[in-house]
Amino acid sequence: MLVTQLKPEEEVLAKISGKRLFIFGCLGCKELYFPKEEVAKFVDGLKEEITGRATLDYLCNREFVKAYIGEYSKEIEGAELVLVFSCGVGTQVVSALLEGKLVYTGCDTLYLNGFQGLSARNFNCDQCGQCYLNYTAGICPITNCPKGLLNGPCGGAKNGKCEVDPEADCAWVLIYKRLEKLGKLDTLTKILSPRDYSKNITEYLSQKEGVK
Amino acid sequence: MNFSEKLKSGKFLITCEVAPIKGVNIAEVLEEEAEPLRGKVDGFNVTDMQSSVMRLGSLPVCHFLAQRGLEPIFQVTCRDRNGIALQSDLLSAYVLGIRNVLVLTGDYMTLGDHPEAKPVFDLDSVSLLKVASTLMEGKDMKGNELDGKPEFCLGAVVNPGYDPVELQLIKMEKKIRAGAKFFQTQAIYDLEIFEKFMKEAEKFKVPVLGGIIPLKSAGMAKYMNEHIAGISVPEKYIKMMAEAKKEERVKTSIQISVELIKGIKSLCQGVHFMPMGWKHTLELLEATELA
Repeated sequence: MLVTQLKPEEEVLAKISGKRLFIFGCLGCKELYFPKEEVAKFVDGLKEEITGRATLDYLCNREFVKAYIGEYSKEIEGAELVLVFSCGVGTQVVSALLEGKLVYTGCDTLYLNGFQGLSARNFNCDQCGQCYLNYTAGICPITNCPKGLLNGPCGGAKNGKCEVDPEADCAWVLIYKRLEKLGKLDTLTKILSPRDYSKNITEYLSQKEGVK
Repeated sequence: MNFSEKLKSGKFLITCEVAPIKGVNIAEVLEEEAEPLRGKVDGFNVTDMQSSVMRLGSLPVCHFLAQRGLEPIFQVTCRDRNGIALQSDLLSAYVLGIRNVLVLTGDYMTLGDHPEAKPVFDLDSVSLLKVASTLMEGKDMKGNELDGKPEFCLGAVVNPGYDPVELQLIKMEKKIRAGAKFFQTQAIYDLEIFEKFMKEAEKFKVPVLGGIIPLKSAGMAKYMNEHIAGISVPEKYIKMMAEAKKEERVKTSIQISVELIKGIKSLCQGVHFMPMGWKHTLELLEATELA
Protein backbone atom coordinates (compact mmCIF):
# COMPACT_ATOMS: atom_id res chain seq x y z
CA MET A 1 0.00 0.00 0.00
CA LEU A 2 1.02 3.57 -0.58
CA VAL A 3 0.71 6.38 1.84
CA THR A 4 0.46 9.98 0.77
CA GLN A 5 1.22 12.63 3.35
CA LEU A 6 0.92 16.37 3.30
CA LYS A 7 4.38 17.93 2.86
CA PRO A 8 5.56 20.15 5.75
CA GLU A 9 3.45 23.33 5.44
CA GLU A 10 6.49 25.66 5.29
CA GLU A 11 7.86 23.72 2.36
CA VAL A 12 4.64 24.10 0.35
CA LEU A 13 4.07 27.72 1.36
CA ALA A 14 7.58 28.68 0.27
CA LYS A 15 6.68 27.54 -3.24
CA ILE A 16 3.19 29.04 -3.55
CA SER A 17 3.10 32.09 -1.34
CA GLY A 18 1.33 35.07 -2.96
CA LYS A 19 0.53 33.18 -6.15
CA ARG A 20 -2.82 32.59 -7.85
CA LEU A 21 -3.51 28.88 -7.63
CA PHE A 22 -5.49 26.18 -9.31
CA ILE A 23 -5.80 23.09 -7.16
CA PHE A 24 -6.00 19.49 -8.28
CA GLY A 25 -6.83 16.90 -5.67
CA CYS A 26 -7.00 13.14 -5.88
CA LEU A 27 -9.48 11.15 -3.84
CA GLY A 28 -6.97 8.35 -3.70
CA CYS A 29 -7.69 4.75 -4.40
CA LYS A 30 -7.77 1.42 -2.67
CA GLU A 31 -4.01 1.15 -3.11
CA LEU A 32 -3.39 4.46 -1.45
CA TYR A 33 -4.04 6.11 1.86
CA PHE A 34 -4.80 9.75 1.21
CA PRO A 35 -5.04 12.45 3.91
CA LYS A 36 -8.33 14.00 2.70
CA GLU A 37 -9.12 15.92 5.86
CA GLU A 38 -5.64 17.37 6.31
CA VAL A 39 -5.58 18.54 2.70
CA ALA A 40 -9.02 20.16 2.99
CA LYS A 41 -7.94 21.94 6.18
CA PHE A 42 -4.71 23.12 4.58
CA VAL A 43 -6.41 24.40 1.42
CA ASP A 44 -9.16 26.17 3.41
CA GLY A 45 -6.51 27.96 5.43
CA LEU A 46 -4.67 29.29 2.37
CA LYS A 47 -4.64 33.07 1.94
CA GLU A 48 -3.77 32.75 -1.75
CA GLU A 49 -6.35 33.41 -4.47
CA ILE A 50 -7.71 30.14 -5.83
CA THR A 51 -9.00 30.32 -9.40
CA GLY A 52 -10.56 26.89 -9.22
CA ARG A 53 -10.24 23.41 -7.85
CA ALA A 54 -10.99 19.96 -9.12
CA THR A 55 -10.94 16.83 -7.04
CA LEU A 56 -11.24 13.55 -8.82
CA ASP A 57 -10.71 9.85 -8.51
CA TYR A 58 -7.55 8.53 -10.12
CA LEU A 59 -5.44 11.55 -10.92
CA CYS A 60 -3.09 8.95 -12.40
CA ASN A 61 -5.56 8.37 -15.27
CA ARG A 62 -4.18 10.51 -18.06
CA GLU A 63 -7.30 10.62 -20.25
CA PHE A 64 -9.52 11.40 -17.32
CA VAL A 65 -7.26 14.26 -16.18
CA LYS A 66 -7.03 15.56 -19.74
CA ALA A 67 -10.82 15.91 -19.85
CA TYR A 68 -10.82 17.80 -16.55
CA ILE A 69 -8.09 20.13 -17.78
CA GLY A 70 -10.29 20.93 -20.79
CA GLU A 71 -13.25 21.62 -18.56
CA TYR A 72 -11.27 23.91 -16.27
CA SER A 73 -9.08 25.51 -18.95
CA LYS A 74 -10.07 29.08 -18.05
CA GLU A 75 -9.44 28.63 -14.35
CA ILE A 76 -6.11 26.92 -15.01
CA GLU A 77 -5.05 29.62 -17.44
CA GLY A 78 -5.86 32.28 -14.85
CA ALA A 79 -3.66 30.61 -12.25
CA GLU A 80 0.07 31.25 -11.89
CA LEU A 81 0.65 27.74 -10.73
CA VAL A 82 -1.15 24.46 -10.28
CA LEU A 83 -0.91 22.78 -6.90
CA VAL A 84 -1.54 19.04 -6.83
CA PHE A 85 -2.50 16.91 -3.86
CA SER A 86 -1.92 13.32 -4.87
CA CYS A 87 0.74 10.64 -4.98
CA GLY A 88 3.79 11.26 -7.18
CA VAL A 89 2.09 9.64 -10.14
CA GLY A 90 -0.81 12.10 -10.21
CA THR A 91 1.50 15.10 -9.99
CA GLN A 92 3.58 13.82 -12.90
CA VAL A 93 0.48 13.17 -15.00
CA VAL A 94 -0.80 16.72 -14.43
CA SER A 95 2.64 18.22 -14.98
CA ALA A 96 3.15 16.33 -18.25
CA LEU A 97 -0.24 17.54 -19.52
CA LEU A 98 0.43 21.16 -18.60
CA GLU A 99 3.74 21.75 -20.39
CA GLY A 100 3.84 25.52 -20.03
CA LYS A 101 2.55 25.67 -16.46
CA LEU A 102 4.28 25.46 -13.12
CA VAL A 103 2.97 22.39 -11.37
CA TYR A 104 3.86 21.77 -7.72
CA THR A 105 2.95 18.95 -5.41
CA GLY A 106 1.76 19.37 -1.86
CA CYS A 107 2.45 15.75 -0.93
CA ASP A 108 5.11 13.15 -0.22
CA THR A 109 4.47 9.54 -1.14
CA LEU A 110 5.72 6.54 0.80
CA TYR A 111 5.49 2.81 0.47
CA LEU A 112 3.96 0.58 3.08
CA ASN A 113 4.82 -3.10 2.93
CA GLY A 114 2.08 -5.68 2.92
CA PHE A 115 0.11 -4.70 -0.12
CA GLN A 116 0.19 -7.11 -3.01
CA GLY A 117 -0.55 -5.84 -6.44
CA LEU A 118 -0.15 -2.59 -8.32
CA SER A 119 2.24 -0.08 -6.93
CA ALA A 120 3.30 3.38 -7.99
CA ARG A 121 6.68 1.90 -8.87
CA ASN A 122 5.11 0.87 -12.17
CA PHE A 123 4.23 4.48 -12.77
CA ASN A 124 7.31 6.59 -12.21
CA CYS A 125 7.06 7.12 -8.47
CA ASP A 126 9.57 5.52 -6.11
CA GLN A 127 7.59 6.50 -3.00
CA CYS A 128 10.67 8.19 -1.54
CA GLY A 129 8.62 10.19 0.94
CA GLN A 130 10.42 13.45 0.11
CA CYS A 131 8.92 14.40 -3.24
CA TYR A 132 11.43 16.33 -5.37
CA LEU A 133 8.97 17.22 -8.15
CA ASN A 134 8.77 20.84 -7.00
CA TYR A 135 12.45 21.31 -7.86
CA THR A 136 12.46 19.35 -11.08
CA ALA A 137 9.59 20.71 -13.16
CA GLY A 138 7.33 17.81 -12.27
CA ILE A 139 9.73 15.23 -13.74
CA CYS A 140 10.96 12.72 -11.16
CA PRO A 141 14.80 12.50 -11.13
CA ILE A 142 14.72 9.37 -8.98
CA THR A 143 12.73 7.19 -11.34
CA ASN A 144 13.72 8.83 -14.63
CA CYS A 145 17.49 9.07 -14.05
CA PRO A 146 19.10 5.62 -13.62
CA LYS A 147 21.53 7.14 -11.13
CA GLY A 148 18.77 8.99 -9.29
CA LEU A 149 20.87 12.15 -9.35
CA LEU A 150 19.41 15.09 -7.43
CA ASN A 151 21.75 17.95 -8.33
CA GLY A 152 21.89 17.91 -12.09
CA PRO A 153 23.00 15.52 -14.82
CA CYS A 154 26.09 13.35 -14.95
CA GLY A 155 28.34 14.06 -17.92
CA GLY A 156 27.14 11.02 -19.80
CA ALA A 157 24.17 12.15 -21.89
CA LYS A 158 24.83 12.30 -25.63
CA ASN A 159 22.47 14.41 -27.78
CA GLY A 160 20.07 14.53 -24.86
CA LYS A 161 19.96 10.73 -24.58
CA CYS A 162 20.84 8.73 -21.45
CA GLU A 163 24.24 6.98 -21.17
CA VAL A 164 22.51 3.89 -19.77
CA ASP A 165 19.73 3.67 -22.35
CA PRO A 166 20.41 5.60 -25.57
CA GLU A 167 16.73 5.21 -26.47
CA ALA A 168 15.67 7.18 -23.39
CA ASP A 169 15.79 10.94 -22.96
CA CYS A 170 18.14 12.20 -20.25
CA ALA A 171 15.79 13.16 -17.40
CA TRP A 172 17.96 16.14 -16.52
CA VAL A 173 17.91 17.53 -20.03
CA LEU A 174 14.10 17.26 -19.93
CA ILE A 175 14.02 18.94 -16.53
CA TYR A 176 16.30 21.71 -17.82
CA LYS A 177 14.24 22.33 -20.94
CA ARG A 178 11.00 22.48 -19.01
CA LEU A 179 12.37 24.82 -16.34
CA GLU A 180 13.87 27.01 -19.07
CA LYS A 181 10.47 27.23 -20.74
CA LEU A 182 8.89 28.17 -17.41
CA GLY A 183 11.58 30.77 -16.68
CA LYS A 184 12.52 28.85 -13.54
CA LEU A 185 16.12 27.78 -14.17
CA ASP A 186 17.15 29.34 -10.86
CA THR A 187 15.43 26.39 -9.15
CA LEU A 188 18.37 24.25 -10.29
CA THR A 189 20.90 26.22 -8.27
CA LYS A 190 19.59 24.81 -4.98
CA ILE A 191 21.84 22.06 -3.61
CA LEU A 192 19.55 19.20 -2.61
CA SER A 193 20.55 16.95 0.28
CA PRO A 194 20.95 13.22 -0.29
CA ARG A 195 17.76 11.17 -0.21
CA ASP A 196 16.74 10.01 3.26
CA TYR A 197 16.44 6.24 2.99
CA SER A 198 15.26 5.91 6.58
CA LYS A 199 11.87 7.12 5.33
CA ASN A 200 11.44 3.82 3.58
CA ILE A 201 11.62 1.69 6.69
CA THR A 202 8.29 0.01 7.41
CA GLU A 203 8.51 0.43 11.18
CA TYR A 204 8.90 4.15 10.76
CA LEU A 205 5.73 4.28 8.71
CA SER A 206 3.55 2.04 10.77
CA GLN A 207 4.13 4.28 13.78
CA LYS A 208 2.72 7.21 11.88
CA GLU A 209 -0.62 8.32 13.14
CA GLY A 210 -3.52 7.87 10.79
CA VAL A 211 -1.89 5.18 8.73
CA LYS A 212 -4.01 2.07 8.79
CA MET B 1 54.99 23.49 -3.64
CA ASN B 2 52.14 21.00 -3.36
CA PHE B 3 49.28 20.79 -5.84
CA SER B 4 47.00 23.10 -3.88
CA GLU B 5 49.71 25.78 -3.61
CA LYS B 6 50.49 25.44 -7.32
CA LEU B 7 46.82 26.01 -8.15
CA LYS B 8 46.90 29.23 -6.16
CA SER B 9 50.18 30.32 -7.74
CA GLY B 10 48.51 30.67 -11.13
CA LYS B 11 51.19 28.44 -12.71
CA PHE B 12 50.17 26.45 -15.82
CA LEU B 13 49.68 22.92 -14.50
CA ILE B 14 49.94 19.44 -15.96
CA THR B 15 48.13 16.43 -14.55
CA CYS B 16 48.05 12.92 -15.92
CA GLU B 17 45.72 10.02 -15.38
CA VAL B 18 47.11 6.75 -14.00
CA ALA B 19 44.83 3.74 -14.31
CA PRO B 20 45.16 0.97 -11.70
CA ILE B 21 45.50 -2.45 -13.28
CA LYS B 22 43.01 -5.29 -13.05
CA GLY B 23 44.97 -7.39 -10.60
CA VAL B 24 47.66 -6.91 -8.01
CA ASN B 25 50.85 -6.16 -9.97
CA ILE B 26 51.03 -2.67 -8.55
CA ALA B 27 54.67 -2.28 -9.63
CA GLU B 28 53.45 -1.97 -13.23
CA VAL B 29 51.34 1.08 -12.41
CA LEU B 30 53.99 2.73 -10.28
CA GLU B 31 57.11 1.96 -12.34
CA GLU B 32 55.77 2.00 -15.88
CA GLU B 33 52.99 4.55 -15.77
CA ALA B 34 53.92 7.00 -13.02
CA GLU B 35 57.71 7.00 -12.56
CA PRO B 36 58.60 8.05 -16.14
CA LEU B 37 56.60 11.24 -15.56
CA ARG B 38 58.34 12.10 -12.27
CA GLY B 39 59.16 15.80 -12.17
CA LYS B 40 57.23 16.41 -15.38
CA VAL B 41 53.67 16.57 -14.11
CA ASP B 42 52.09 18.34 -11.14
CA GLY B 43 49.67 15.62 -10.19
CA PHE B 44 48.70 12.03 -10.91
CA ASN B 45 44.96 11.36 -11.13
CA VAL B 46 44.31 7.80 -10.06
CA THR B 47 41.03 6.59 -11.53
CA ASP B 48 38.30 4.86 -9.51
CA MET B 49 37.51 1.79 -11.61
CA GLN B 50 36.95 3.85 -14.75
CA SER B 51 34.23 2.75 -17.15
CA SER B 52 32.85 0.64 -14.27
CA VAL B 53 35.48 -2.07 -14.80
CA MET B 54 36.47 -3.78 -11.54
CA ARG B 55 40.15 -3.08 -10.80
CA LEU B 56 42.65 -2.36 -8.08
CA GLY B 57 41.46 0.60 -6.01
CA SER B 58 42.48 4.20 -6.38
CA LEU B 59 43.21 4.49 -2.65
CA PRO B 60 46.25 2.15 -2.34
CA VAL B 61 47.76 3.39 -5.62
CA CYS B 62 47.44 7.00 -4.40
CA HIS B 63 49.03 5.99 -1.11
CA PHE B 64 52.07 4.40 -2.78
CA LEU B 65 52.46 7.39 -5.10
CA ALA B 66 52.41 9.73 -2.12
CA GLN B 67 55.01 7.55 -0.38
CA ARG B 68 57.31 7.98 -3.39
CA GLY B 69 56.84 11.74 -3.34
CA LEU B 70 54.60 11.72 -6.43
CA GLU B 71 51.54 13.89 -5.85
CA PRO B 72 48.34 11.84 -6.18
CA ILE B 73 44.84 13.07 -6.98
CA PHE B 74 42.42 10.55 -5.50
CA GLN B 75 39.43 10.03 -7.83
CA VAL B 76 36.26 9.05 -6.03
CA THR B 77 32.96 8.13 -7.69
CA CYS B 78 29.51 7.74 -6.13
CA ARG B 79 28.81 4.53 -8.03
CA ASP B 80 29.94 1.82 -5.61
CA ARG B 81 29.82 3.17 -2.08
CA ASN B 82 27.15 4.72 0.10
CA GLY B 83 27.65 7.84 2.20
CA ILE B 84 29.10 5.89 5.12
CA ALA B 85 31.76 4.15 3.01
CA LEU B 86 32.63 7.30 1.05
CA GLN B 87 33.20 9.31 4.22
CA SER B 88 35.28 6.52 5.72
CA ASP B 89 37.40 6.27 2.55
CA LEU B 90 38.01 10.01 2.59
CA LEU B 91 39.23 9.78 6.19
CA SER B 92 41.38 6.78 5.23
CA ALA B 93 42.81 8.69 2.28
CA TYR B 94 43.90 11.53 4.53
CA VAL B 95 45.56 9.14 6.98
CA LEU B 96 47.37 7.50 4.04
CA GLY B 97 48.91 10.81 3.01
CA ILE B 98 46.47 11.79 0.24
CA ARG B 99 45.61 15.49 0.01
CA ASN B 100 43.90 15.94 -3.36
CA VAL B 101 40.49 14.47 -4.15
CA LEU B 102 38.60 14.56 -7.45
CA VAL B 103 34.89 13.85 -7.06
CA LEU B 104 32.81 12.32 -9.87
CA THR B 105 29.35 10.81 -10.26
CA GLY B 106 30.76 7.70 -11.93
CA ASP B 107 29.74 5.73 -15.01
CA TYR B 108 26.78 3.40 -14.79
CA MET B 109 27.53 -0.29 -14.13
CA THR B 110 26.19 -1.46 -17.49
CA LEU B 111 29.17 0.24 -19.17
CA GLY B 112 31.64 -2.06 -17.46
CA ASP B 113 32.38 -5.71 -16.82
CA HIS B 114 29.92 -6.19 -13.92
CA PRO B 115 26.68 -4.91 -15.49
CA GLU B 116 24.50 -6.78 -12.97
CA ALA B 117 26.01 -5.13 -9.88
CA LYS B 118 23.81 -3.00 -7.63
CA PRO B 119 24.08 0.70 -8.49
CA VAL B 120 24.61 2.80 -5.35
CA PHE B 121 24.66 6.54 -6.14
CA ASP B 122 23.63 7.30 -2.55
CA LEU B 123 25.34 10.69 -2.91
CA ASP B 124 25.97 12.61 -6.10
CA SER B 125 29.06 14.63 -7.05
CA VAL B 126 27.67 17.83 -5.54
CA SER B 127 26.60 16.27 -2.25
CA LEU B 128 29.87 14.31 -1.97
CA LEU B 129 31.87 17.54 -2.36
CA LYS B 130 29.72 19.06 0.35
CA VAL B 131 30.29 16.05 2.60
CA ALA B 132 34.08 16.26 2.03
CA SER B 133 33.96 19.96 2.93
CA THR B 134 32.05 19.09 6.10
CA LEU B 135 34.68 16.49 7.06
CA MET B 136 37.30 19.22 6.68
CA GLU B 137 35.35 21.23 9.27
CA GLY B 138 35.69 18.33 11.70
CA LYS B 139 32.18 16.90 11.33
CA ASP B 140 30.63 14.00 9.47
CA MET B 141 27.63 14.51 7.21
CA LYS B 142 25.25 14.02 10.12
CA GLY B 143 27.04 16.64 12.21
CA ASN B 144 28.87 14.22 14.52
CA GLU B 145 32.28 15.43 15.75
CA LEU B 146 35.44 13.92 14.28
CA ASP B 147 38.59 13.33 16.30
CA GLY B 148 40.97 15.41 14.19
CA LYS B 149 40.05 16.88 10.84
CA PRO B 150 41.34 16.04 7.36
CA GLU B 151 42.49 18.67 4.88
CA PHE B 152 41.84 18.24 1.20
CA CYS B 153 42.20 20.12 -2.03
CA LEU B 154 38.88 19.21 -3.67
CA GLY B 155 38.31 19.06 -7.39
CA ALA B 156 35.53 18.13 -9.78
CA VAL B 157 34.91 17.55 -13.47
CA VAL B 158 33.03 19.46 -16.13
CA ASN B 159 32.17 18.65 -19.74
CA PRO B 160 32.61 21.77 -21.94
CA GLY B 161 31.15 20.11 -25.05
CA TYR B 162 27.95 18.99 -23.30
CA ASP B 163 24.68 20.11 -24.84
CA PRO B 164 23.03 22.11 -23.29
CA VAL B 165 26.22 23.56 -21.81
CA GLU B 166 24.21 25.86 -19.52
CA LEU B 167 23.25 22.76 -17.54
CA GLN B 168 26.96 21.95 -17.01
CA LEU B 169 27.63 25.54 -15.92
CA ILE B 170 24.77 25.42 -13.38
CA LYS B 171 26.20 22.21 -11.91
CA MET B 172 29.75 23.60 -12.04
CA GLU B 173 28.67 26.55 -9.92
CA LYS B 174 27.01 24.19 -7.44
CA LYS B 175 30.21 22.15 -7.23
CA ILE B 176 32.18 25.31 -6.46
CA ARG B 177 29.72 26.24 -3.72
CA ALA B 178 30.08 22.69 -2.37
CA GLY B 179 33.87 23.05 -2.15
CA ALA B 180 35.52 22.39 -5.55
CA LYS B 181 38.80 24.33 -5.89
CA PHE B 182 39.72 23.10 -9.37
CA PHE B 183 38.16 21.44 -12.42
CA GLN B 184 39.41 18.93 -14.95
CA THR B 185 37.47 18.67 -18.19
CA GLN B 186 36.32 16.02 -20.61
CA ALA B 187 38.63 15.74 -23.63
CA ILE B 188 38.78 18.84 -25.82
CA TYR B 189 39.18 18.57 -29.59
CA ASP B 190 37.29 21.65 -30.67
CA LEU B 191 38.98 24.83 -29.46
CA GLU B 192 36.07 27.02 -30.54
CA ILE B 193 33.66 25.15 -28.28
CA PHE B 194 36.17 25.26 -25.44
CA GLU B 195 36.76 28.99 -25.87
CA LYS B 196 33.02 29.61 -25.73
CA PHE B 197 32.76 27.49 -22.59
CA MET B 198 35.69 29.23 -20.88
CA LYS B 199 34.14 32.64 -21.58
CA GLU B 200 31.22 31.52 -19.41
CA ALA B 201 33.28 29.59 -16.85
CA GLU B 202 35.85 32.37 -16.33
CA LYS B 203 33.47 34.22 -14.03
CA PHE B 204 33.80 31.46 -11.43
CA LYS B 205 37.53 32.24 -11.00
CA VAL B 206 38.34 28.59 -10.31
CA PRO B 207 41.27 26.95 -12.15
CA VAL B 208 40.28 24.72 -15.07
CA LEU B 209 42.59 22.06 -16.53
CA GLY B 210 41.62 21.19 -20.09
CA GLY B 211 41.37 17.49 -20.89
CA ILE B 212 43.52 15.84 -23.58
CA ILE B 213 42.97 12.30 -24.83
CA PRO B 214 45.62 11.53 -27.48
CA LEU B 215 44.05 9.92 -30.54
CA LYS B 216 45.15 6.37 -31.32
CA SER B 217 43.40 6.09 -34.67
CA ALA B 218 40.71 7.56 -36.91
CA GLY B 219 38.41 4.78 -35.73
CA MET B 220 38.81 5.82 -32.10
CA ALA B 221 37.92 9.41 -33.01
CA LYS B 222 34.81 8.30 -34.87
CA TYR B 223 33.78 6.01 -32.04
CA MET B 224 34.09 8.82 -29.51
CA ASN B 225 32.14 11.23 -31.72
CA GLU B 226 29.34 8.75 -31.87
CA HIS B 227 29.28 7.46 -28.32
CA ILE B 228 30.98 9.78 -25.85
CA ALA B 229 29.11 12.78 -24.49
CA GLY B 230 30.59 16.17 -25.25
CA ILE B 231 33.30 14.89 -27.59
CA SER B 232 33.42 16.16 -31.15
CA VAL B 233 36.68 15.45 -32.96
CA PRO B 234 36.74 17.74 -36.02
CA GLU B 235 36.86 16.11 -39.45
CA LYS B 236 40.36 17.51 -40.15
CA TYR B 237 41.87 15.51 -37.26
CA ILE B 238 40.03 12.34 -38.28
CA LYS B 239 41.42 12.80 -41.79
CA MET B 240 44.95 13.36 -40.48
CA MET B 241 44.77 10.14 -38.44
CA ALA B 242 43.22 8.18 -41.31
CA GLU B 243 45.88 9.29 -43.77
CA ALA B 244 48.83 8.65 -41.43
CA LYS B 245 50.69 5.37 -42.05
CA LYS B 246 50.64 3.00 -39.09
CA GLU B 247 54.19 3.89 -38.02
CA GLU B 248 53.41 7.61 -38.29
CA ARG B 249 50.25 7.55 -36.20
CA VAL B 250 51.96 8.39 -32.92
CA LYS B 251 53.70 11.35 -34.54
CA THR B 252 50.44 12.59 -36.06
CA SER B 253 48.60 12.11 -32.79
CA ILE B 254 51.28 14.09 -30.96
CA GLN B 255 51.05 16.82 -33.60
CA ILE B 256 47.27 17.10 -33.03
CA SER B 257 47.60 17.15 -29.24
CA VAL B 258 50.35 19.78 -29.40
CA GLU B 259 48.12 21.99 -31.53
CA LEU B 260 45.27 21.59 -29.05
CA ILE B 261 47.47 22.23 -26.02
CA LYS B 262 48.81 25.42 -27.60
CA GLY B 263 45.23 26.57 -28.06
CA ILE B 264 44.15 25.54 -24.57
CA LYS B 265 47.13 27.25 -22.95
CA SER B 266 45.83 30.75 -23.45
CA LEU B 267 42.32 29.83 -22.31
CA CYS B 268 42.76 28.04 -18.98
CA GLN B 269 45.18 27.09 -16.20
CA GLY B 270 46.46 23.69 -17.24
CA VAL B 271 46.09 20.45 -19.14
CA HIS B 272 44.93 17.09 -17.92
CA PHE B 273 46.14 14.06 -19.90
CA MET B 274 44.03 10.94 -20.12
CA PRO B 275 46.25 8.52 -22.10
CA MET B 276 43.87 5.53 -21.77
CA GLY B 277 46.53 2.98 -22.58
CA TRP B 278 48.42 5.19 -25.04
CA LYS B 279 52.11 4.80 -24.15
CA HIS B 280 53.65 8.01 -25.50
CA THR B 281 52.73 10.64 -22.91
CA LEU B 282 56.37 11.44 -22.18
CA GLU B 283 57.11 12.07 -25.88
CA LEU B 284 54.01 14.23 -26.08
CA LEU B 285 55.10 16.26 -23.03
CA GLU B 286 58.51 16.79 -24.60
CA ALA B 287 56.97 17.80 -27.93
CA THR B 288 54.73 20.31 -26.20
CA GLU B 289 57.72 21.74 -24.34
CA LEU B 290 55.68 21.59 -21.22
CA ALA B 291 58.02 19.09 -19.66
